[in-house]
Amino acid sequence: MSTLVLAEHDNVSLKAATLSAVTAASQMGGDVHVLVAGANCSAAAEAAAAVAGVSKVLVADNAAYEHQLAENVSLLVAEVAADYDNVVAAATSAAKNTLPRVAALLDVAQISEIMSVESADTFKRPIYAGNVIATVQSSDAKKVITVRATSFDAAAAEGGSAAIESVVSVHDAGISTFVGEEVAVSDRPELTAASVVISGGRGMQNGETCKLLDGIADKLNAAIGASRAAVDAGFVPNDMQVGQTGKIVAPELYIAVGISGAIQHLAGMKDSKVIVAINKDEDAPIFQVADYGLVADLFSALPELEAAI
Amino acid sequence: MKVLVAVKRVVDYNVKVRAKADGSDVDLNNVKMAINPFCEIAVEEAVRLKEAGVATEVVAVSVGPKACQEQLRTALALGADRAIQVEVEGSVEPLVVAKLLKGVVEKEAPQLVILGKQSIDGDNNQTGQMLGALTNMAQGTFASEVKIDGDSVNVTREIDGGLQTVKLTLPAIVTTDLRLNEPRYASLPNIMKAKKKPLDVLTADDLGVAISSHVTQLRVEPPAERQAGIKVGDVAQLVDKLKNEAKVIA
Repeated sequence: MSTLVLAEHDNVSLKAATLSAVTAASQMGGDVHVLVAGANCSAAAEAAAAVAGVSKVLVADNAAYEHQLAENVSLLVAEVAADYDNVVAAATSAAKNTLPRVAALLDVAQISEIMSVESADTFKRPIYAGNVIATVQSSDAKKVITVRATSFDAAAAEGGSAAIESVVSVHDAGISTFVGEEVAVSDRPELTAASVVISGGRGMQNGETCKLLDGIADKLNAAIGASRAAVDAGFVPNDMQVGQTGKIVAPELYIAVGISGAIQHLAGMKDSKVIVAINKDEDAPIFQVADYGLVADLFSALPELEAAI
Repeated sequence: MKVLVAVKRVVDYNVKVRAKADGSDVDLNNVKMAINPFCEIAVEEAVRLKEAGVATEVVAVSVGPKACQEQLRTALALGADRAIQVEVEGSVEPLVVAKLLKGVVEKEAPQLVILGKQSIDGDNNQTGQMLGALTNMAQGTFASEVKIDGDSVNVTREIDGGLQTVKLTLPAIVTTDLRLNEPRYASLPNIMKAKKKPLDVLTADDLGVAISSHVTQLRVEPPAERQAGIKVGDVAQLVDKLKNEAKVIA
């Protein structure tokens, strides 16, 4: 048994979600190899080689893979997959884009966003926005699987010493090109990797008052998130959305401010270790999942909280 | 330019779906069904392309039992010109749906295929990408903007941390994210007109596709419930609890 993990990286460093995918791969049994497809990505490959539990790193270093275009990377992964029983990746936007193409090229199903490995062929995954957990069994000889990163502990980023091998084949489908990217630059930790997340909802009323979260986030080294209501109202950009169709987060501490707690939002954060809800509506559903609830007007509670921590 | 739009019949997004007590499956008795919200956005985008004079014809397709004709009629009421139902019994896996859609793509030869990024029942997020691989078409998934530019299309995509724009050679595939557009409501005259629009029915045999199954659902269960915690009186008490009881802040 052997499993290939497709690394999520920016050509320089490995994304934390990959460490969770390595853990899931280890639970499937057998060797765990990591494929780093990128351009000038040797630093990312070295980071992958240092991850505990990884026995080999394959590097495909070519301009065709620089921006993780699914059309190109899927051809590469499908070719490399010939030697493996499983192909696994964290369910990031890049893997969600690429892995179903790999599965179709291999003529197998993809099992999306698994939460647990029950056995070599049986997995649990959420359906219906997380309202139901399904246990599914794959009959494919080769399995293509994406992993919900928050459901698996991260493998240790140091301690491994995997061999690094080059993959020479180049696949350029020639049907897509990268035009540009607008990625928010922030000194704060990444939403899906932060140990503390503070999120604002419709109760924030406007984009200006969302700044009340900044001081608290600075003090707690927290990432800032938002509910869909806050995104749809234009308070904050959509990459901050926590929920079923946004980011799935499970930090040590999640602070929900002015968020009522719609099921789609809960699906994105209810695996957090400690949940705090601040809302002036004492009947808000968010209080049903909160460890600590504070019924208060956020415009007075937030400055108080910032001063107290 | 012909645009093909795929739509799926799913449980209405307001319905809170539960597992049956015996864990055999989800309980879908007498629940309201609707067009998958992401598919509705796909239809809207196709209709807007037609209204802008870019698309000449919008064809809606759905894979499912006869009941999915209801969702095809909805797509026709929203502005699609004609519809195709690919008749299958029960639920079919995304790979099979992609193979059936490939058959329809070969018949119809659209320049653009628009699908929802995922359906809100299985939450798989696979079909569009799989169709891309099977037809060797480029894909712009999780789209928040679609601009046709001659023989290519520029798609702005929602990715982790921001937005990415890719240029795809036509014919190509687009899967929709929530913020691509806000779908219109079908007007009563358009709902009446939709009843007269053509709706063809095809079978898997017609498309030369064998229905296969790769994944078996063994059981379903409700998610682990979180215990409700306590209400604190003020900010000072909250901070005290976080420091001394939960020990999550220093």
